[in-house]
Parts: sequence; structure tokens; C-alpha cells
Amino acid sequence: MSLYNVFDVAGSAMSAQNMRLNVTASNLANANSVSSSAGETYRARHPVFAAHMQEAMSGRPGRESLLRQDSSVGVRVQGIVEDQKPLVVEYSPNHPMADDEGYIYKPNVNVMEEMANMMSASRNYQTNVQVADATKQLLTRTLRMGQQG
Amino acid sequence: MALSIDKGLGIHQHALLAREQRATVIASNLANADTPGYKAKDLSFQDALERVQTRSGHSMSRTHNKHFELNLEGSGREKYRVPDQPDTGDGNTVDVQVERNLYMRNSMEYQASLTFLTSRIQGMQKALSGGR
Repeated sequence: MSLYNVFDVAGSAMSAQNMRLNVTASNLANANSVSSSAGETYRARHPVFAAHMQEAMSGRPGRESLLRQDSSVGVRVQGIVEDQKPLVVEYSPNHPMADDEGYIYKPNVNVMEEMANMMSASRNYQTNVQVADATKQLLTRTLRMGQQG
Repeated sequence: MALSIDKGLGIHQHALLAREQRATVIASNLANADTPGYKAKDLSFQDALERVQTRSGHSMSRTHNKHFELNLEGSGREKYRVPDQPDTGDGNTVDVQVERNLYMRNSMEYQASLTFLTSRIQGMQKALSGGR
């Protein structure tokens, strides 16, 4: 029954999108956290997605996984990278967090970008929930095959 | 007359398996809608049906536990979709709308096969019980 694989695939996508939503939330939450040096300042984070072959090298040892391509490909979060955009440096000598020269450092979070990320992540999450739900219905009907109704 | 359950069920059991495989492929496309560089794939129903009907593909039996396990399946069974929009910026060719519609359509067809199977089974039950 390869329909059960759909749950794995949709589930991996849901957890990846959930991670993306999490990272976006922390970026948005820290968008205004000011600090007095470049090293302490929050930098925007982004997850890196990669396609995850379900059976790549997961089989028994010696198994030639390259010869058999599985059709189900999930999503894997490869890691989280920090945004390399420069920090926002602002001259604000009256600010309590200002350094000796009167500068404060603000995170390189682009709020518009993060909002778009958030919408994309939640739409994709919804799509995958719908896929899992439709698959559940198909499987329930399959299990009732041959019975009345 | 010998009743062969396999023959009685007809092509629908194979069709069901082919639809199942296709559902997995489309679900993978949808799952990877945000994965950079992922290329959308699809199965041709005709090919998939032929494959499940003939059980093409070979595997060698292992007679020693140091032998490699080898499964050769017909290659090139999944084909890449030709995207409408050639460059999306990150090399991803998944069009979520298209895939969603295909998934929906595939599951309707799956349910159709399921309905046919159910009626075949009920027909056989009727034949076995003598119409009672």
C-alpha cells in the first residue's frame, strides 16, 4: 500500500513548514530588538529545504539504493542559515543602548519578506493537511472495500 | 466452472495500485513546493498500469548473506513535468494549483476504481450465495 507513504511525505512537508513558520516568528519577534554592538545583534534566520529521498541509503547495508528510485520524496530541513545582509546601523546618541560613538544596531530582518514567508508557509502547510486528509478518506474507503455502503 | 477471484476482479485492482503510486508522486510534488531545485514529476497511468499488471522488474535472490540485494525496476518510469513558467528563481518547477487539481482528479479516479471493485465483490458474493 503505497498510499501510506503519502502520510510520511505530507508529514515531512508539514514539519518543514512548521519549522519555517517558527523561524519566521522568531525573526518577526526580534525585528525590533536593538543592541549596542554588531556581535550581539539578532540576525534573520532562514531554513534551507532539501528533497529527502525516503529510502536513500536507509535500506539494509549493501543495498543498491541507486538502482531503485522510490517515488515518494519528502522534505528535509537541511539546516538554518543566518542572513548575510548587513545590519541596520543607526545614529541615535540619546538611545540608552547606544555605544560610545552613539550608534545602535538593529537586526537585518525584512518584515515584508517575513510576512510573505509566513503566508507561503501556512498555505503550503494547509495544502499538505488537505492531501493527508484526502488520503485518509481514500484509505478508509479502501479498508471498507466490499462491504455494503 | 471454477471461480477465479483474480479474474473476477478484472483490471480494477491493478488500476487501483497504479492510482496509488501516482498519488504518492503528486503528494511528493506538493510537499516539495518550496524546496529549491525540486523538479515536479509524474507517472504515466498507462505505464504504471502496465507495470503493475506485468510485474516488470527483476530482483535477484540472495543465496549468501554477503551478496548485494539488487532490485532492478524498469527505469524512466517517472517523467518530469514541463513547467509553464520556465524560471521561478530557485529552480523549482512545482505548480501547486496544477498539482492540487491532479491530486483531486487522481483520487476521484481511485474512488471510481474502488467502486467498481466493490460492485465486483458484491456480484461475486451474490453468485456465491446463490442470489440470497
